[in-house]
Amino acid sequence: MIAVELRKLLTSRRTWVTIALIDALPVLVAVLLAVTGVGPRPGSGPAFLSAVLTDGTLYPLAALAMVVPLFLPVAVAVTAGEAVAGEGQAGTLRYMLIRPVGRTRLLVAKLVAVIVFALVAVVVVAVTAYVVGVTLLGQQDVTATTTTFSGTSLSTPELVLRTLMSLGYAMLCMLGVAAIALFLSTVVDTPLAAALGAIAILIASTLLLTLDAAEALQPWLLTRYWLAFTDLFRDPILWRDLVRGVGLQLLYVAVFLGAAWANFATKDVTR
Amino acid sequence: MIRTEGLTKRYGRVTAVDGVDLDVREGDVYGFLGANGSGKTTTVRMLLGLVLATSGTAEVLGRPMPRGRAEVLPQVGALVEGPGAYDGLSGRANLRLFDAMGPRGAAGGRRTRRARVEEALERVGLAGVDRRPVRAYSLGMRQRLGLASALLRAPRLLVLDEPTNGLDPQGIHEIRELLLELNRAGVTVFLSSHLLAEIEQMCTRVGVLDRGRLVLQEQLDVLQRPTGRTEVLTADPTRAAELLGGAVEHRAAAPGGGRLLVRTDDAAGLNRRLVEAGCRVLTLAPERRTLEDVVLAAARGSGDRPGFRTDDDGGPGAQRDGGDALAARRADEGAA
Repeated sequence: MIAVELRKLLTSRRTWVTIALIDALPVLVAVLLAVTGVGPRPGSGPAFLSAVLTDGTLYPLAALAMVVPLFLPVAVAVTAGEAVAGEGQAGTLRYMLIRPVGRTRLLVAKLVAVIVFALVAVVVVAVTAYVVGVTLLGQQDVTATTTTFSGTSLSTPELVLRTLMSLGYAMLCMLGVAAIALFLSTVVDTPLAAALGAIAILIASTLLLTLDAAEALQPWLLTRYWLAFTDLFRDPILWRDLVRGVGLQLLYVAVFLGAAWANFATKDVTR
Repeated sequence: MIRTEGLTKRYGRVTAVDGVDLDVREGDVYGFLGANGSGKTTTVRMLLGLVLATSGTAEVLGRPMPRGRAEVLPQVGALVEGPGAYDGLSGRANLRLFDAMGPRGAAGGRRTRRARVEEALERVGLAGVDRRPVRAYSLGMRQRLGLASALLRAPRLLVLDEPTNGLDPQGIHEIRELLLELNRAGVTVFLSSHLLAEIEQMCTRVGVLDRGRLVLQEQLDVLQRPTGRTEVLTADPTRAAELLGGAVEHRAAAPGGGRLLVRTDDAAGLNRRLVEAGCRVLTLAPERRTLEDVVLAAARGSGDRPGFRTDDDGGPGAQRDGGDALAARRADEGAA
């Protein structure tokens, strides 16, 4: 069943159009930076962006910091919101279930497909950003080392490891969004409603983070620790927010997947 | 093959299916009749484990549903409330995908998939279908594709909800022949429909659902047995009625004279008596109940028309009214 879902995902034109659109933003930013040579002042603008003018190999991280807050979660919400409600709307859900595909198996396969979608999107963004960064923004001498936020230097293997860790962290954050959208997808009848519901939660969380009065809620907000992956580039690594972020995302995933399963396993499929 | 006891489904305060006891036997072509909104589709969905019953039990192929769905459903082919397919893929790609979703087993191997798909397409008359996406299919082609999907794993039981919906007369004929052929090969067919003619032409056994209740379940030939009355159309109805006296059970006006229903077991003798008395007989034939008569007598309401009643005293006049109501009901469905 997982193979079927992956085939559906990867042969769908929409998947690739979405990924291309996500990818377009960092490419555009790189072109602008290369043409104008004007970067944001250090400490302002998206993370890492001020550093990439001197070293294009850092650009994948800058690109990630650009797409993680909004582009990627919206795409993930749309894909995961499609999962059950979309099949229902197409009239294919009932035919899957009487094939028969077990309901739990169906949910798991859908979740795996969403994760693969996010993974492909992140990898495509990272790879294009690397290529674009190196060709447009240039590369420092390979023997030279990259500087962390803390001012110390980082060897290339260390940099690669930390980049991979931040990719993994971003994936986990997307999993939280996917779980929420998947749950909503088992509740509502249209994929649009499920995706918009998840996006609404995302926006509400972002909004509350800027509000001092909501301080008590903030440690529990979905997006609270999303950009904590930048802490991986401090020396020593600042683990506090990262660990909390992982714990919080796992909590979201457990709660919403549990709810999705509990709802879908006994749901009357009338579409 | 299908046996339910007290199968009931309530949605809040509405009882969609109310204590239905179905009994479908091996080799049957079972016609499941009922007006729109009478609970046919909900019943079918419960049989397939899509909707969970509020109370009562359902057994399909000797196993309880929905608990036994993993064993039961691979042997069942179904079409529920219209076909469903991935619009962007071709019919062939759709069937391959659906086949890949099913359990592997002996009947579902990957190597034989292509052959299975081609055979299913051929059976429903889509063998020559090209690479066009399903989006571009006509309603009839979609219906055929849905049927092909039901036939993929050579099922022992076919559960079909209005399978000829959207087909032209030629298509309806082809599908009917296909289903009868499958039935001769040992497949039990459970056919849900509101088209009486379709059921009458194919089924060996019928069940009639009326506002959630099963009001009738019987062999079709039992239902259509001669009634022991003879229908006489005559140009001299008054004279004939006087002559026959108490044997006339019903009398009504008809074009060219009158229509009498006469209780007799000797139609030839009746004819001679009438002719010898100088009554001009236009038609003389044993009365047979049509399925429509049976259904309208059994089912008095229409689920999607609250408060609707047929005023049925069992006589032909009332049946004519019922016929009109049925025609109106069909027109409604066409509009919907």
